[in-house]
Amino acid sequence: MEINNENSRLYIVRCGEVALKGMNKPYFERVLLERVRNAIKDWDNDSHWAGGLMLVRISDKIGKDEAVRRLSKVFGVASVSPAISVEKDMKALGQAAAQYVSQLMEEEDIKTFKVKAKRSDKSFPVQSPEIGAEVGGAILSAVKDIRVDVHNPDLLLFADVRREGAYIYRDKVKGFGGLPLGTNGKGLILMSGGIDSPVAAFMMAKRGMRIEAVHFHSYPYTSQRARRKVEDLCRVLAGYMGTIRMHVINLLPIQEEIVKNCPQDETTILVRRFMMRIAQEVALKTHNMMLITGEDLGQVASQTAEALVVTDKVVDIPVMRPLIAMDKVDIMDKAKEIGTYDLSIQPYEDCCTVFLPKHPVTKPKLDRIEQSESALDVEALVKAAVESEEVVDISFDSIAE
Amino acid sequence: MIYLDNSSTTKQFSEVTRLMADVAENNFGNPSSLHQLGYESSNVLRKAIAQIDACFPSGGRTIVTSCGTESDNMALVSGSAKLKRQGRKIITTAVEHPAVLRTVERLKEEGWDIVLLPVDKEGTSSIEALEAELDENTVLVSIMTVNNETGTIQPVKKACTMVHNFAKEHGTRIFFHTDGVQAFGKIDLRNSDFDLISISAHKFHGPKGIGALYMKNGVNLPPFIMGGGQERGFRSGTENVPGIAGMGLAAQMSCTDMDEKNKKLSEVNNYLYNGLKANIKDIFINGPETIGTSLDEPGSRCPSLLNISFEGVRGEVLLHTLEQDEIYVSTGSACHSNNTGDSHVLTAMGRKHKEIEGAVRFSLGQFNTVEEMDVAIDRTAKAVERFRRLGSFR
Repeated sequence: MEINNENSRLYIVRCGEVALKGMNKPYFERVLLERVRNAIKDWDNDSHWAGGLMLVRISDKIGKDEAVRRLSKVFGVASVSPAISVEKDMKALGQAAAQYVSQLMEEEDIKTFKVKAKRSDKSFPVQSPEIGAEVGGAILSAVKDIRVDVHNPDLLLFADVRREGAYIYRDKVKGFGGLPLGTNGKGLILMSGGIDSPVAAFMMAKRGMRIEAVHFHSYPYTSQRARRKVEDLCRVLAGYMGTIRMHVINLLPIQEEIVKNCPQDETTILVRRFMMRIAQEVALKTHNMMLITGEDLGQVASQTAEALVVTDKVVDIPVMRPLIAMDKVDIMDKAKEIGTYDLSIQPYEDCCTVFLPKHPVTKPKLDRIEQSESALDVEALVKAAVESEEVVDISFDSIAE
Repeated sequence: MIYLDNSSTTKQFSEVTRLMADVAENNFGNPSSLHQLGYESSNVLRKAIAQIDACFPSGGRTIVTSCGTESDNMALVSGSAKLKRQGRKIITTAVEHPAVLRTVERLKEEGWDIVLLPVDKEGTSSIEALEAELDENTVLVSIMTVNNETGTIQPVKKACTMVHNFAKEHGTRIFFHTDGVQAFGKIDLRNSDFDLISISAHKFHGPKGIGALYMKNGVNLPPFIMGGGQERGFRSGTENVPGIAGMGLAAQMSCTDMDEKNKKLSEVNNYLYNGLKANIKDIFINGPETIGTSLDEPGSRCPSLLNISFEGVRGEVLLHTLEQDEIYVSTGSACHSNNTGDSHVLTAMGRKHKEIEGAVRFSLGQFNTVEEMDVAIDRTAKAVERFRRLGSFR
């Protein structure tokens, strides 16, 4: 369907940091436009950049709320406003504003208003304060039962006069901000199924990083449901960042070796080191530039400062830990916001708790850990684990198909 | 596949599947419609209800519900509502299904006095405790016929007589309800004086999403689900005609030749129990040693169930190991890093966390054979040996 002013609604999409980029700005803008178009590809739309704003016209068959929901989910979008575009003429602006306000008053209880005008097109003959006053006056004379309240208005109306056109709108729905997906390389998240790792993946993706996932399980010590839970988490994340490739690896053979040959209280840290080694091998093979974990300083035995040092020693590529300094409650809030929390708290055992010792070491010493590991054929175990991987691609709508 | 999880659900009889497809295709009319098509559907229902009626004590009616849980909910909520002016006390047991326990918890919040009778170490509820608790404030007693985890046959017949005698002597009214979900098709419920019996079709090779509540004449509970007045006003909602037809046929087939089928079931069950004992050290049964097949054998074990604790092994690990050989069982504990997933039944029987964690429930059906048990015993023994060697720290 051909999109025109009659059969569509206009949405103003503002980008946050993309606007701050210097020489690379055209690149970031191009990618963001692509991401927005992709997010609404099943709707008739016409989307393009106009000055510093992205103007998105979407078929009026699509509800305003649904459109705003999708647009505001795209990384790099700072805010979205449903808007109307108007001829750059004072009379037209006044008429359109009055009509817009009376329509709103039919739907909700509005008694007071304020107009906030902005003139970025300095060639327009009327200055901002006058635009505000004139549009306000036009509303007062055309609409009954409404008055101005500059301090606490029921309705705050924006009138923007820009080089390419004039716009009237009210709400600014906040987006996630960040940078367009794909502008910052690719990273491999270690996904356990807990609350933290999906949040860590989300935060890195929000900075433009593409994400792949590696999941370790210990079947039959863990169940298929635990694995499916991780797939479901990836599915929620895929709603923000497109199809996620998940590498699934059974850690049980390694855990069995550790339990047989190494001190019990070191199990957790030893297993953790193997996870990192395997993840690095997977990352190198799949062009992931770095590892990402949901580790949070001091949360559990394997996440003490000492443990992190010992874990880090086994990998050469950078390890991103975006949650490292966050409090658990804040991580939980973030998980609720992005919609992974309810999935994460389903009580399935994960591979980290299967052989959880009663008193794990919290301040491991590198030389002692290395000493314990010398009882194992580390290289062969890692190689076998990497070779045993299963790969699944998880997209947002992959269940119903 | 060796399916040993028949207490969770059963494989539907092929005859039932065929009948349901036929009814869905050809009797799609609404039984309440006045025309010929509706009339034919109502005849399908009539026949199915007659088939179920025949498996219940005479002198009552079958109310169709959506499942065993709804039947339990209706019995407790509507039963207590009906007699609330007379008293505010309900007696049940600590080992009931959550469909009963969660419902009485809710009633407790609404001000009801709830008593949970204790059980002995084999899971049999105490008839003495019931006698001590019965008073003029009591309006409802609910005791399951067969426990779904251990197979323990409860002293429901004695309890029912005691309750009715008490009511008669004191000039009060007390409903006796039994959750017969696990018993139906194995323990003959006809020779009893129960006021209310819950059943669920998918536990006796019928379809899922359909169940029934037997209601003795005169009990006449107020409706739990209100609407267009179906089921003579006792339970509204357009009837699930194929489901009811399927339940009727499954009930009839399950309650035919019960003695013969129980004899075979007992053999297979004992064979499995003896085989496990002979091949695996340090195991014990949760529930009664001896098998019983009637209401007159309380404190014995229904032949469809065998619950075993394997010391030093986690039941769920065993379950996931056996599933790789397509042997399906269930556990006494949801895998959890704390104790909250423990079975309330085994806990009430005095089992410790470690013992509950090692519990596996084998539940048998009429399709299981001794040959299958040989395989199950062998695989279980191997899995137990492997994981005892590896162990785990918890």
